[in-house]
Amino acid sequence: MSASFLIADGLAKKYPGARGKPDLTVFDDVHFTIEKGEFVCIIGHSGCGKTTILNVLAGLDTASSGNVLMDEREISGPSLERGVVFQGHALMPWLTAKKNVEFAVCSRWPDKSGKEIDAHCQKYLDLVGLTGSEHKKPSELSGGMKQRVGIARAFAIEPKMLLLDEPFGALDALTRGNIQEELVKICAATHQTVFMITHDVDEAILLSDKIMLMSNGPRARIAEIVVNTLPKNRSRETLHKEPSFYAIRNHLVDFLVSRSKRFSEALPEGYDPKNPPLVTPGVEAPPPPSSPLEFAKVVNLRH
Amino acid sequence: MDKSMGIRAGALSLVIFLFLLGIWQAATNTGAEKAGGALTEYEQLMGKSAKKSDGLPTPAQMGQTVVKHLSDPFYDKGPNDKGIGIQLAYSLARVAGGFFLAALVAIPFGFMIGMSPLLYRALDPFIQVLKPISPLAWMPLALYTIKDSATSSIFVIFICSIWPMLINTAYGVASVRKDWLNVARTLEVGILRKAFLVILPAAAPTIMTGMRISMGIAWLVIVAAEMLVGGTGIGYFVWNEWNNLSLTNVIFAILMIGVVGMALDMLFGMFQKFVTYVE
Ligand SMILES: Nc1ncnc2c1ncn2[C@@H]1O[C@H](COP(=O)(O)OP(=O)(O)O)[C@@H](O)[C@H]1O
Ligand SMILES: [Mg+2]
Repeated sequence: MSASFLIADGLAKKYPGARGKPDLTVFDDVHFTIEKGEFVCIIGHSGCGKTTILNVLAGLDTASSGNVLMDEREISGPSLERGVVFQGHALMPWLTAKKNVEFAVCSRWPDKSGKEIDAHCQKYLDLVGLTGSEHKKPSELSGGMKQRVGIARAFAIEPKMLLLDEPFGALDALTRGNIQEELVKICAATHQTVFMITHDVDEAILLSDKIMLMSNGPRARIAEIVVNTLPKNRSRETLHKEPSFYAIRNHLVDFLVSRSKRFSEALPEGYDPKNPPLVTPGVEAPPPPSSPLEFAKVVNLRH
Repeated sequence: MDKSMGIRAGALSLVIFLFLLGIWQAATNTGAEKAGGALTEYEQLMGKSAKKSDGLPTPAQMGQTVVKHLSDPFYDKGPNDKGIGIQLAYSLARVAGGFFLAALVAIPFGFMIGMSPLLYRALDPFIQVLKPISPLAWMPLALYTIKDSATSSIFVIFICSIWPMLINTAYGVASVRKDWLNVARTLEVGILRKAFLVILPAAAPTIMTGMRISMGIAWLVIVAAEMLVGGTGIGYFVWNEWNNLSLTNVIFAILMIGVVGMALDMLFGMFQKFVTYVE
């Protein structure tokens, strides 16, 4: 078994305290791994440092200590190998939907001909269901459509890994559901490796293979990792009929409501930040004691 | 709704215009004594010469003058008698020259300052000191070093239009949304592509606002500069007609300065609309 696709090793982020105050440690001792083709969600309260972790993975921010390896190379700056879908869509308002995607595609393949670029952009706009709206400016698109353009732009550069920061946070429930299902389809079709921040537990259960739970800051940690044991190819209609759906959901909600705070007040007995406990709510036999190797087995069994 | 508003506003403008014309008519109608009376202050200032003035015109006289000037705007009968079109063209050419030289310097410089917080802070004291100086205060220095009055007035336009453009460009470039820069970073976009395809369009509305302000100031300053250096231009025309004691021509020139200024502002308003984006 070779090393994981992405390894975050001992990440911490500190900000110097203002005038004499002690330093602010946002998170500390954060270790996790992501396998190729895996969809990982991270859930935690606002301010615990999720966006900071994502920016470190993207190479847009640097950790105060620790490092991240992707494909056995250290991440030292932004790269076309990692596509980012930003929280506020971050489309350039003076460009049409297609030109926004084109900007990314031209950056990725500067030598492609105009025709090839056009076809490539069209393919990804079709994929996210924007056929017919290619030539509209972002101001003429709905919130959901803008976010789709952002997703198309990130997918179009065919990155090795996709990073999404609460991509659907600002959308209404109906739109969100539709885009989520499209994302399930696209990811299944492309075997994309994804790291996604969300605050929506149902979204996490629908999309992810594993869900990392982050305790409250300051000094936030990965408290535990929930393995999503629901069968793949989920859909919103059938998801809640799965026997262990509510077990997982209740576990996540319970963590967010009460345990995330308690966790940050006192670390539980035997907690090892290098190997946060793996839990499988709703499944009888608890998984074997976690180590990256053992965890890989759990994941492989499910694929 | 909007349309009826437009019609009502237009009607009100017309009423106000007619009302002002009426006051003008009433003030100038009563004959020479009243016009003379209004000039007593000038008489004291200028001595007896003011008596030779044709006084303030009535709206009808004014109308005749406007028609006379506009029907033959480009005649040239020697240095002191040129058509209004020629005078305005001289002024516009100077403004255009000084303004474009200023844009050529201010926009690239503003870009550099905006992209580098270090330069921003280092150059800020210079800009803060130079900005409030009346552009006409540079005139003696300009005349001494350049030794040419026409070029000196272009220099004065240059110096007055550079600051709003420089400051707005720097501000616009420095406040480009971080998200867009991050998009460019994750796409490994090179510095030139980033400057022209991300920062320039993002800052264009702010830059264009600076250019519009600069143009407005340049048009204010050119009149004063031409009064000072003389020779040609609308500012010289005003001064010359004052020396000729033709208030009718002075008022006509004032009107033309206003109309051309408005046209310039509308032109830049159009440019501004063109580069503005809706977020
Ligand atoms: N420049 C800064 N100085 C001090 N604290 C900061 C700075 N930037 C971010 N933080 C803190 O870092 C924490 C993590 O922020 P963020 O990663 O955006 O959290 P999340 O995405 O989980 O809501 C926040 O609590 C914020 O207060
Ligand atoms: Mg965040």
